[in-house]
Amino acid sequence: MSLVRVDALHKSFGNNEVLKGIDLSIEAGEVVSIIGRSGSGKSTLLRCLNQLESHDSGVIEINGRTLDATTMTPARLSEEVGMVFQNFNLFPHKTVGENVMLAPMVVRGERERDAARRARKELERVGLAEKFDAWPEQLSGGQQQRVAIARALALSPRVLLCDEITSALDPELVGDVLRVLEQLASEGMTLILVTHEMGFARDVGNRVVFMHQGRIHEQGDAKTLLSEPQTPELQQFISAVL
Amino acid sequence: MTDFTLWDIVRNLLLAMRWTVALSLIAFAGGGLVGLALTVLRLSPAAWVRRLVALYIELFQGTPLLMQLFLAYFGVAALGVDISAWTAATIALVLFTSAFLCDIWHGCVRAIPVGQWQAARVLGLDRLRTLRHVVLPQALRIAIAPTVGFSVQVIKGTALASVIGFAELTRTGTMLNNATFQPFTIFAFVALGYFLLCYPLSLYARYLEKRLNVAGSR
Amino acid sequence: MTLDFSTLLPYTDELVMGLLVTVMITVAATLLGIAAACALVWFKLNGATPLRVMIQTYIELLRNTPFIVQLFFIFFGLPALGVTLAAWQAALIAMTLNLAAYSTEILRAGVEAIPRGQFEAARVLGLSRRQTWRHVVLVPAMRNIYPALTNQCIIVMLGSAVISQISVNDLTWVANFIASRNFRNFEAYLVVTLIYLALAVGMRQLFRLAGWYWLGGRQGRAL
Ligand SMILES: Nc1ncnc2c1ncn2[C@@H]1O[C@H](COP(=O)(O)OP(=O)(O)O)[C@@H](O)[C@H]1O
Ligand SMILES: [Mg+2]
Repeated sequence: MSLVRVDALHKSFGNNEVLKGIDLSIEAGEVVSIIGRSGSGKSTLLRCLNQLESHDSGVIEINGRTLDATTMTPARLSEEVGMVFQNFNLFPHKTVGENVMLAPMVVRGERERDAARRARKELERVGLAEKFDAWPEQLSGGQQQRVAIARALALSPRVLLCDEITSALDPELVGDVLRVLEQLASEGMTLILVTHEMGFARDVGNRVVFMHQGRIHEQGDAKTLLSEPQTPELQQFISAVL
Repeated sequence: MTDFTLWDIVRNLLLAMRWTVALSLIAFAGGGLVGLALTVLRLSPAAWVRRLVALYIELFQGTPLLMQLFLAYFGVAALGVDISAWTAATIALVLFTSAFLCDIWHGCVRAIPVGQWQAARVLGLDRLRTLRHVVLPQALRIAIAPTVGFSVQVIKGTALASVIGFAELTRTGTMLNNATFQPFTIFAFVALGYFLLCYPLSLYARYLEKRLNVAGSR
Repeated sequence: MTLDFSTLLPYTDELVMGLLVTVMITVAATLLGIAAACALVWFKLNGATPLRVMIQTYIELLRNTPFIVQLFFIFFGLPALGVTLAAWQAALIAMTLNLAAYSTEILRAGVEAIPRGQFEAARVLGLSRRQTWRHVVLVPAMRNIYPALTNQCIIVMLGSAVISQISVNDLTWVANFIASRNFRNFEAYLVVTLIYLALAVGMRQLFRLAGWYWLGGRQGRAL
């Protein structure tokens, strides 16, 4: 059984049909990179997967459970799907440690001591153990993004969604974040990432999904697809980004 | 109980409302003139002038308007000059308004980026010309909405003139109440009178602010 | 004209009592008013439409009528409906309602200034709306609007001079009392005005300190 299954997913904003029937299934442990031009619907697809946007029609199943607003509260959904944003969205009034501890304590009702222990562990995982008491604004962009990853991991989600999480970073900081992702992939984490890092998609990813005008235009094994694109649209896209 | 009909009450309140409007207009116009002068003074190169204006603002913003009215009324009287409640209210409200408007306008001037001052400077404009041609026109644009918004505070402020005996809307309401003992009706009508004066201005201020925000984000 | 402040000395006790009344009623109105505003702004942003319209109507009514008229309406007008209040109760209610109306608008602006990403981040971490509100929104919103909010509390304190008009024995009432006894009107009002000024300045410093401690202090390390 697939961990994530999307079937005939449609989504419009007003008259603008952004997703025009998406079919996709993703196995546990897979690393899937979604690429495509700006405006092709990549973010919208990701945001439908955790109900930040509600879809108009079609089915989304995570771990065998159908997503709809009535059965899946944010609390329940956060056990399955975690998300990291392009612009971090750390809580500015909470320390790094508190950012990571907040959801386990408030949503799961964990005790402070357990949440803190877990937070330290996750921060260590992203290489920021010593920043536990720092404030978000004292960190570089790359560090903030790693905290955001630790914050998502602290809920042990089955899937981690990453929407262009290196796009807002200075080039020299991108590597730190990608290394964390690579390590997560090697530990068997299921990752769905929208990314422009073609090297990462090829070397770390299992599969690449190319979106074009609201549809999955082409998909397949990462190395094959990127070296031998079949459709002219993908060929054009690859030559444009490389 | 009395021979006041509801219409008598409303008519008297409407007549009194003229005084509320008149006092508001004078306070706003006078306060605007004084406030403008103060705003220019507050941009003076001399630190002591700026500090003096800041102190003036602090005094009016840090004390109750009611006390300012008492002080105007009894202060001038203590000088041996006979003063009417109308004059005292006018003086106090003009000064009160000028302090707040100066504060608002100064904030608007300070919101103009320092690059504008520098650009004017390298073009050879002196301080006053820079103010007149570069800074104030831009500041004016953002000042209109909060200025209209403050006019609501001025109108509401005139209600305190009732306490020193000036027969505007609130005072007339109190007097009518003493004669008729219908406090609920009368003060509801008094409140309605102020609401009819203030609410359109509030709406207009909000509209101006929204328009400015839209234009500003172009 | 000569000023003679020595005539005020016999009234020191009264002045202190008046000061206490003004301070106590201001503190009570501030606490109640801001608590009410926190609730009102929640319902205004999350409540059902009729409730939102009611809250907005309340806000507009209070913001567009003078405090003294609100006070008279509550103190003189409500007994006609069978609601009789002591002067201090009427004053406290009027001040609370007034502050709550202004603070709700201020808080709303603070909440709306919070980036959408904060709400989304809370949502993907599984926080409910209420939890998001309490743990993610409230403190940054407070920090956004802290100067405006505390300023409003000072305005309410200064506005409280008016409650002397329904015979609450506050500072202004004491000034009137002294003036009626010794006929040194100007001196009495001048001294009391300066006490108000000291109160306003004191409140501002206190708020600044408290803000630095509660809001800035925790995050103000990078200053
Ligand atoms: N909240 C929204 N409201 C209206 N239109 C939106 C919204 N979010 C995205 N869109 C539109 O949907 C289209 C796809 O956007 P998006 O999924 O963000 O693309 P991508 O992430 O691939 O760049 C764009 O045309 C965008 O303007
Ligand atoms: Mg996107």
